Amino acid sequence: MTETKEIKFNEETLELVQRIIKRYPEGKQKSALLPLLHLAQAEFDGWLSAPTMDYVASLLNILPIEVYEVASFYSMYNLKPVGKCVIEVCRTSSCWLMGAEDIIKYLENKLSIKAGETTEDGMFSIKTVECLGSCGTAPMMMCGSQFHEKLSFEKVDNILDKLKSDDKRKTYFDAVVVEDY
Amino acid sequence: MGKKILLKHDHVSGIQGYEVYRKMGGYTSVERALKNMTPNEVTEEVKKSGLRGRGGAGFPTGLKWSFMAKPKGVKRYLVCNADESEPGTFKDRYLMSRIPHLLIEGMIASSYALGANTAYIYIRGEFFYIARILENAINEAYANGWLGKNILDSNYSLDLFVHTGAGAYICGEETALLESLEGKRGNPRIKPPFPAVKGAWDCPTVVNNVETIAAVVPIINDGGEAYSKVGIGKSTGTKLISASGHINKPGVYEIEMGITVEDFIYSDEYCGGILNGKKLKAVVAGGSSVPILPADLILKTANGKPRLMSYESLADGGFTTGTMLGSGGFIVMDETTSIVKNLWNFTRFYHHESCGQCSPCREGTAWMEKVLHKILDGQGSLTDIDLLWEIQRKIEGNTICPLGEAAAWPVASAIRHFKSEFEEYVKNPSSINDVKHYFEVNKLEMA
Ligand SMILES: Cc1cc2nc3c(=O)[nH]c(=O)nc-3n(C[C@H](O)[C@H](O)[C@H](O)COP(=O)(O)O)c2cc1C
Ligand code: SF4
Ligand code: FES
Repeated sequence: MTETKEIKFNEETLELVQRIIKRYPEGKQKSALLPLLHLAQAEFDGWLSAPTMDYVASLLNILPIEVYEVASFYSMYNLKPVGKCVIEVCRTSSCWLMGAEDIIKYLENKLSIKAGETTEDGMFSIKTVECLGSCGTAPMMMCGSQFHEKLSFEKVDNILDKLKSDDKRKTYFDAVVVEDY
Repeated sequence: MGKKILLKHDHVSGIQGYEVYRKMGGYTSVERALKNMTPNEVTEEVKKSGLRGRGGAGFPTGLKWSFMAKPKGVKRYLVCNADESEPGTFKDRYLMSRIPHLLIEGMIASSYALGANTAYIYIRGEFFYIARILENAINEAYANGWLGKNILDSNYSLDLFVHTGAGAYICGEETALLESLEGKRGNPRIKPPFPAVKGAWDCPTVVNNVETIAAVVPIINDGGEAYSKVGIGKSTGTKLISASGHINKPGVYEIEMGITVEDFIYSDEYCGGILNGKKLKAVVAGGSSVPILPADLILKTANGKPRLMSYESLADGGFTTGTMLGSGGFIVMDETTSIVKNLWNFTRFYHHESCGQCSPCREGTAWMEKVLHKILDGQGSLTDIDLLWEIQRKIEGNTICPLGEAAAWPVASAIRHFKSEFEEYVKNPSSINDVKHYFEVNKLEMA
């Protein structure tokens, strides 16, 4: 999938990169690493390949190993290919009390994959995650930057249908702010 | 209705935007501070208010500010902790998404007090959409002259940036947060030196929680003394409580410190009682890290007094019969909840989130998870319960950061208050209903 695409940000993104670097003290450009990895993941197929990480290292003038060790520490960075919609389901305390395990099981059955896997058509991945700060509207899951809360099986069905009908990759940047309190 | 200070205007239509926020009295604290007060006077007001850190530890904010080292020619920083990843806590998210300008206003006034000319809001990566909301608010603040160079002709300048994390509970710990801000793995630093002396990029830095910084606004507007009169004893002011679990009305509530726990759980103004008319079994009152208490001990202290929502009352009885206010993540469990399974879930969480630097935490959390797994798999013995107790004791006090304790306390308190439930699972494994289903879902993590 990725081999044909050149790993390089477009001009607009490169400008943004420079603006992000300027947020930190001079000479401390490494501080921009986390935001840049988010940008890179969104741009290059939703995951961080070695060439992608090397590219980010070159932008910040740091060693590739400094990028690898960071990328492998944080759970939001995917180190292997993922589907267009990564469904991140919370499995921690309050969500668990309110039925998160049933939601995970339901998703696994419906998509015929296990958590941590991707459907054959490359559409969906399921990822279990820890508390996303949405415990009052449990159980919940997130896709892209969108929180889906107070889940029921019907609600999950509807969300999956909607996600399927739109072929675009979901990233953390496509924030649609809908507050459900 | 209880007293509201931070969320006074949270339901005003359009309050997310600058115009409405300003019309409702927004940014007056910045005017007051920059025009009429010296930085030290602002700190003094915060001291007088009795405000204590809302991130979990409850350390007096004014005192923390006064520790800020001020070597000549060295930059100072204020970093807002918006990592909000303590399970059961979602108040900062509510505050930031509803009234983003309140946080921005608090950041300006607090940075002025600390002499910081650059400040950051470190927000967990999963809150990307809130980062957008904050960035919009920051742009509005710049456009209206509240940020940037020479604010209100006061000669004071401030730049404010949002920094997104990338998914790691440990980055809520203030020194791990600073490492993460510097673009590194979130490994907590050994203290001392404390951040107030050596923080972000080795410069003096104060890290404060979102709610703490927001509370600075009313403290400047109405005076520290007025704030200190709200609440009870050394628990001054109001506290945002995130209520979740088996209750009728989960959500974020601003309470005046000192209301009773009973009132909080059962009154219609707050949680509205237990879901489906069930009975209360246990409460984790301050986020997953604090000791769990059974119904009788959360409603009343060991000597029979009504338990109050305050730092002191929740801690009454120490860890034998008390708990902590912590972050205010109030998780309620009804009579059907399995305490052992819940503990397994917590322990799995801490094992997953341990940064791995110290052996007691890295190995201990893994070991506790395994032992709990064994018990829940129907393979446990009575000695396993003693083993769990021993492991948690060996973690406590032997680690670089408090995540070790955060992992140990839930185990200690569950055994202390619900030992018979562990024993029942060991003696009569068939009582562990649904357990197979439970592990099928979660097995992946064990592999
Ligand atoms: C493992 C761990 C996680 C923490 N997570 C958070 C958090 O998500 N948000 C927060 O404000 N404080 C968190 N803290 C507390 C911070 O280290 C720090 O005490 C706090 O940000 C100080 O701000 P305050 O004085 O305003 O409370 C955490 C501490 C530990 C040990
Ligand atoms: S106690 Fe745990 S999380 Fe904290 S520094 Fe040690 S290993 Fe890391
Ligand atoms: S426990 Fe699921 S969002 Fe907090």
